[in-house]
Amino acid sequence: MARNKEALVLLLDVGPSMHSVIPEIEKVCSMLVEKKLIFTKYDEVGVVLFGTEDTDNELTEEVGGYQHVVVLKNIKVVEGDIVEALQQLPRGATHGDFLDAIIVGMDMLIKKFGETNKGKKRLCLITNAQCPIKEPFEGTKEEQVTTIAKQMIVHGMRMESIILRGKLNQDANKKIMDENDQLLRIFSTETSARSTYVENPVSLLGALRTRNITPSTIFKGDLELSPKLRIKVLVYKKTAEEKFPTLKKFSDKAASTDKFATHEVKVDYEYKSSQEPDKVVPPDQRIKGYRYGPQIVPISQAEWDAVKFKPEKGLKLLGFTDSSNVLRHQYMKDVNVFIAETGNTKATLALSSLARAMKEMNKVAILRCVWRHGQANVVIGVLTPNLSDKENIPDSLYFNVLPFAEDVREFQFPSFSNFPAPIQPNEQQLEAAANLVKMLDLAPQGKEEVLLPDFTPNPVLERFYRYLELKSKHADAAVPPLDDTLKKITEPDDELLQQNKSVIEKFRRSFELKENPRHKKSRRLLREERYGSGEENSKGEIPALASNLIEDKSNVEVDNIGDLTPVQDFEAMFARRDNPDWVVKAIDAMKNKIHDLIEDSHEGDNNSKALECLAALRKGCINEQEPKQFNNFLRDLWSFCQEKSLHGFCDSLSSKGITLIPKSEAADSEVTEDEARSFLVKSQPKV
Amino acid sequence: MDFEHESDDPFRDDEDDPDAHLSLEKESTKEYVVYLVDASPKMFTSTCPASADDQKEESHFHIALSCISQSLKNQIINRSYDELAICFFNTREKRNIQELSGVFVFNVPERDYLDRPTARLIKEFDRIEESFAKDIGSQHGIVPGTRENSLYNAIWVAQALLRKGSAKTVDKRVLLFTNEDDPFGCIKGAIKSDMKRMTLQRAKDAQDLGISIELLPLSHPSDPFNVSQFYAELIGLEEDELADFMPSSGIKLEDMKDQLRKRMFKKRIVKKLKFIIVDGISIELNSYALIRPTVPGAITWLDSVTNQPLKSERTFICADTGALVEESTKRFHPYKNQNIVFSTKELSEIKRFSTGHLHLLGFKPLSCLRDYYNLKPSTFLYPSDEAMDGSICIFIALHRSMIQLKRFAVAFYGGSSRPQLVALIAQDEIIQSGGQIEPPGMHMISLPYSDDIRLVEERHSEKVGMVTRASNDQIKKAADVIKRIDLKDFSICQFANPGLQRHYAVLQALALEEDEIPEIKDETLPDEEGLARPGVVKALEEFKTSVYGENYDEECEANAKPSEASKKRKAQAEVATKECENYDWGELADTGKLKDLTVVELKYYLTAHNLPVSGKKEALVSRILTHMKK
Repeated sequence: MARNKEALVLLLDVGPSMHSVIPEIEKVCSMLVEKKLIFTKYDEVGVVLFGTEDTDNELTEEVGGYQHVVVLKNIKVVEGDIVEALQQLPRGATHGDFLDAIIVGMDMLIKKFGETNKGKKRLCLITNAQCPIKEPFEGTKEEQVTTIAKQMIVHGMRMESIILRGKLNQDANKKIMDENDQLLRIFSTETSARSTYVENPVSLLGALRTRNITPSTIFKGDLELSPKLRIKVLVYKKTAEEKFPTLKKFSDKAASTDKFATHEVKVDYEYKSSQEPDKVVPPDQRIKGYRYGPQIVPISQAEWDAVKFKPEKGLKLLGFTDSSNVLRHQYMKDVNVFIAETGNTKATLALSSLARAMKEMNKVAILRCVWRHGQANVVIGVLTPNLSDKENIPDSLYFNVLPFAEDVREFQFPSFSNFPAPIQPNEQQLEAAANLVKMLDLAPQGKEEVLLPDFTPNPVLERFYRYLELKSKHADAAVPPLDDTLKKITEPDDELLQQNKSVIEKFRRSFELKENPRHKKSRRLLREERYGSGEENSKGEIPALASNLIEDKSNVEVDNIGDLTPVQDFEAMFARRDNPDWVVKAIDAMKNKIHDLIEDSHEGDNNSKALECLAALRKGCINEQEPKQFNNFLRDLWSFCQEKSLHGFCDSLSSKGITLIPKSEAADSEVTEDEARSFLVKSQPKV
Repeated sequence: MDFEHESDDPFRDDEDDPDAHLSLEKESTKEYVVYLVDASPKMFTSTCPASADDQKEESHFHIALSCISQSLKNQIINRSYDELAICFFNTREKRNIQELSGVFVFNVPERDYLDRPTARLIKEFDRIEESFAKDIGSQHGIVPGTRENSLYNAIWVAQALLRKGSAKTVDKRVLLFTNEDDPFGCIKGAIKSDMKRMTLQRAKDAQDLGISIELLPLSHPSDPFNVSQFYAELIGLEEDELADFMPSSGIKLEDMKDQLRKRMFKKRIVKKLKFIIVDGISIELNSYALIRPTVPGAITWLDSVTNQPLKSERTFICADTGALVEESTKRFHPYKNQNIVFSTKELSEIKRFSTGHLHLLGFKPLSCLRDYYNLKPSTFLYPSDEAMDGSICIFIALHRSMIQLKRFAVAFYGGSSRPQLVALIAQDEIIQSGGQIEPPGMHMISLPYSDDIRLVEERHSEKVGMVTRASNDQIKKAADVIKRIDLKDFSICQFANPGLQRHYAVLQALALEEDEIPEIKDETLPDEEGLARPGVVKALEEFKTSVYGENYDEECEANAKPSEASKKRKAQAEVATKECENYDWGELADTGKLKDLTVVELKYYLTAHNLPVSGKKEALVSRILTHMKK
């Protein structure tokens, strides 16, 4: 731990022109120290202010000069009081000289550590560099800065400067700013100091890395273009999600007087047999099982090790391909960066030439990677060039993981061009949309890109660490709302909206949005909603519309058989399968109808209609495998007609050939072919 | 959450986030599918022209079976709770609950007709073609003169199979594979219209019961499948959908397989989102997970004696008092020598920003979207007019403008797990050989925050004056290499995951109690032959010379300066190998005299054979014995 401890001196400009952004500086600096208190609590921090009315530093006592530079906190191991001091920075009254502040900061570091702690000493300058620095006693300003920069290298110090520009500067003198920029650039080239220009408060919060993570390689070795050509590379993480801290479970069981209570909760897992719930199975009696369909296949670790896929460690090139063959949305994970081995000029040049050639030709490289020995799987990914625009930073390559065939679901979606015309946007709507896309611009020419990920802090983490600090003082404090700066990340910028009022208004007027009245009725939707929310909320839904292909077109549902179109009604009822009872209902209704028709028949004037109905019923009963229903009915009807001497109807029956349903027509029938045929025959003589 | 399970996952990379895909994928419903395959003689005689370089033709029947087989293998891995039945129609034999002729339900022992896929089903289905003629047989089911209607029977059997389960919680589908666009073509007159009507009614009945019937037509260039002949009505296609549905005739075998495979998927919505574009204009979007890492299923702990699954139970114990406690609603974080206590409510409050909404912030040119702005797989967005009429229209208008102006949208997504900035990239539809390769819509990509981006390159800055840029000649030589090793038709779908394939091959073999585990071909290895072609070798040589000079090999040696430790190790190994030869290990092992040797001597053997040298003497002896297989 302590081996990696860092000493940091913050050099903060608090002069009058800085006052408007001091709240942000307070936030970002106190956050930095808060995170140090949590993650690297042996780090040391000192705070130097410049642009103050007062002067308070050792150099001014020793050699004079260095006016308006105040050492707010001497370098010491981080403590709560530094956070508090940073949360209420004084507002200065004079123009500060950032070079004086740098020298004071260096002097503090040298006095405290001397030659030791190389590479772990850091200066961080936050200023708008609007005020000229003093003329040196001898030589030019440039020479002076160069000398100081050389001293920094000698003492193994690094410097980072955050320079406020754009909207954050009011009526500044451009000439002075240019001169200062020039001077600060000397630092970057001489010492590879990082200087960052920010133009809005959000980027100020994001520009300073509040947590210092030492990168470690995930791979060190050869990038194999072919077995005969290997390039020595180092692979690091370029992005890695900084997670919300994992909080421990709190137990309040310990007595309040117990000063050494940990308040922790231990979680204990026990495995119990499903047959004997009281029996705990010890670890050595457990074996892993993998699901394969309904089966669970037990495999011991040893067995598994013997048969599992064991790829060899290494990075192998599969080939190059047009960059259009890999789409941006196919990137799967966080990103790695491939850098040539440190100090290996040839490898640096090899990577640089590949990267530059790829960029020129619009190509990407496809790679097969096994990062470490014993890794259970291979990774297929794409290398894209990252050309450096700084002389002393070598070119590198970014690596993104690509999906395997198993990872891709090829869902098909309707083409937009296939939507009917009323849904398609018209000329005027397209124009309104194009204007919106053009004008709601987050990367305006000549200005800083707004919400650049590299400078945008995570509002959730910001909120958490601020709340943590607040709670350390007031245990009952409520969660603070998002401040206006952070709101610029989660909501559209008011200023941008104001500027484009007319474009937005036009867009709003061009389109019409209507709550869909079908929404509540569609069963399909309800079903889909369940996918989304996982909630069962379809109580009392309408039981129609089953298929997603058939849309019921305003069919009035038939639930009884009328006089006008009995056959059609019957078929409609049959077709209605929202409930299996409909078939039975339809059959019963049809039987009644036929009965009624025959009974009410006056000299057989209903006979033809009754016969039609009967034929329909017969067909329906065959389709529905209900032969018994029909056969019994026909027999009943027959005897009914005999009783009532309605022979005319019986005659027409045989002439139409309507008879019992035999087994050959419906498997469930108990009537044989002969029986069916004879049903009509045997009745004939009676006539 | 059970941490022990997770750490045992063989595919989980250390840095994987366990919640990343869990939170996104809640596929709550099950799916029951009946594969209805036409087995009429026409399915066997019609073939599909294979691709130019492969002369083999494949019958339509074979194509249908291989699509199903592929889908089964996929299903047992990804959705093993879904159930399925495989059913042939126009068969000689019959097997179904209703005893209807011409319909044969394929099955294996220990499985219901409609059931989850098993290893055995997959295996036997793969071999079905060998015994099909003998056991099932192909025979026209609809012939003039009889009233037999095998299509009608098939739909009825499928409906009966799908009787179980409520349509509210289960998606019921019938996937119908056929190459006969006019099944009643051979029948004439009233009987034909009658049979047609009955069949349509049967299909409508099934659909009314919540079963969707989907058609997967197999087509031949000289005899294209005409959906409007009969099937459009059966599956309920509207006029304007017809054009969309028709498979393009004359497509190649691979394309046809591809199209069928894609049709077999059921789209699942992950979430419905409200996309707030400007004040007062919000549209409805559905999100879909088109790309997610497939991982082998979770581990279930079993009792090693009975092989029965174990239940895990979690208990909370107060570390101070040892008392059992309820799961606490309080959490704490140490800070400044205190424990800062939070309630879970406060914690979720911290993370809450307009949950579930996507809030447009503005647009940027596509060049602003750097390659390192990525953290996890993207999510696909497609508009929906279901709740809001006009959503699709607005979406299309924005989509088109964004493509034309080459811009992407930046929005804030208030998701519950990680509220974040996202990039929305408009993707135009890409159609290749009649199939949709990329659907039209937008891809939502999570952007990193500054906290997530590491400044690695700057840490590797070189001292002033070092040459870090390649010369033009070197770049030219690199370009030659790139031209030579070109993967022309690279597509992300071309590699199967070898680790996963191996995993399931092992499981399948163990599940079927087979001795042999089939070898899985690792498709991800470089094409050695291609790399050895003279042109490639020459280009690589020239590039090498231009960057490394003539003495690359020596330089490599020099660069790979073995460290002191590794030199020592190497020397030791040499000594050990030498010393090792002085003993007759077989003899020593057989006579049980190994234990009489000193540890140093035992280690000679171990070092010489590249075995671990750690542990007590007994451990060393037993390791030697194991290695000698004694």
